[in-house]
Amino acid sequence: MKHIVKILSLLVAISAFWIGLLQAAIVPRSHTWLLPIYFVVSLGCYGLLMVGIGLMQFPTCPQEALLLQQDIAEAKDFFKHKGVDVGSD
Amino acid sequence: MAEEKETKGGKKYKYSIIVPTYNERLNIALIVYLIFKHLRDVDFEIIVVDDGSPDGTQEIVKQLQQLYGEDRILLRARAKKLGLGTAYIHGLKHATGDFVVIMDADLSHHPKYLPSFIKKQLETNASIVTGTRYVKGGGVHGWNLMRKLTSRGANVLAQTLLWPGVSDLTGSFRLYKKSVLEDVISSCVSKGYVFQMEMIVRATRKGYHIEEVPITFVDRVFGTSKLGGSEIVEYLKGLVYLLLTT
Repeated sequence: MKHIVKILSLLVAISAFWIGLLQAAIVPRSHTWLLPIYFVVSLGCYGLLMVGIGLMQFPTCPQEALLLQQDIAEAKDFFKHKGVDVGSD
Repeated sequence: MAEEKETKGGKKYKYSIIVPTYNERLNIALIVYLIFKHLRDVDFEIIVVDDGSPDGTQEIVKQLQQLYGEDRILLRARAKKLGLGTAYIHGLKHATGDFVVIMDADLSHHPKYLPSFIKKQLETNASIVTGTRYVKGGGVHGWNLMRKLTSRGANVLAQTLLWPGVSDLTGSFRLYKKSVLEDVISSCVSKGYVFQMEMIVRATRKGYHIEEVPITFVDRVFGTSKLGGSEIVEYLKGLVYLLLTT
């Protein structure tokens, strides 16, 4: 099944549930009408939260730059001794 | 019968490493040195797909061939810049390994992670092992706050819309079973980094077993190529395309 079909089915199921709530009136209608807005806003907040958390926990590796420089020096040295002219960056 | 080294299950696998290059005269030599350093007991070949670099990349590769052997380093060049996707396809045609590794030539992908890709695949029998920068043990160096923010935002958006099954969608440091790469690449049509996303999403949709290993990514070119508005638009267009067609 294509992914978009899965997503649309999910949306249809949620909409059916919402319409069901409207008709059954278990929850006061005025609240039910606002549910889609609450849903979208919560989704947006959740997204922002995930971005914020991800940003705070973003893994960095400053030591890797140093290790890379060492590797580059080692490689350049090797090639100098083998007569391969790698030139400069 | 030729000597057969004992590995897991007694079978020795060969790995084809495809490195597309354009003006990577220095970096290609460094990459080759590091691959040989970190894959000492592994049967592999390096396939350099150069798109007619004017800086003499191919001359360096020929010198490397003299040093390491033409059976270990294959130069399969093309006349001009023809794009990443076709570079992989071109390299694939000449690959004789059981597995294919794709990686960048600019040293943002460090060959020292190659053993962990191989180990992960042997342990799990995965069809694809993809490197991820975004988990513990991985990481990025050389990105400012803005760049990290866009990366994180793009990732959350992609995860929400596509449910891709991997944490790093745009990464291009991956190991594939050769038949799996051939299958996935034949159904991909995008360009640039959207192509990398398309590959992994299509692989997920096809039900292939995908594993991840942490990698570190040292961005040495970020300073020169800013992430502009057009890149963001391209990315969003790519997301919508993948949402609708996979």
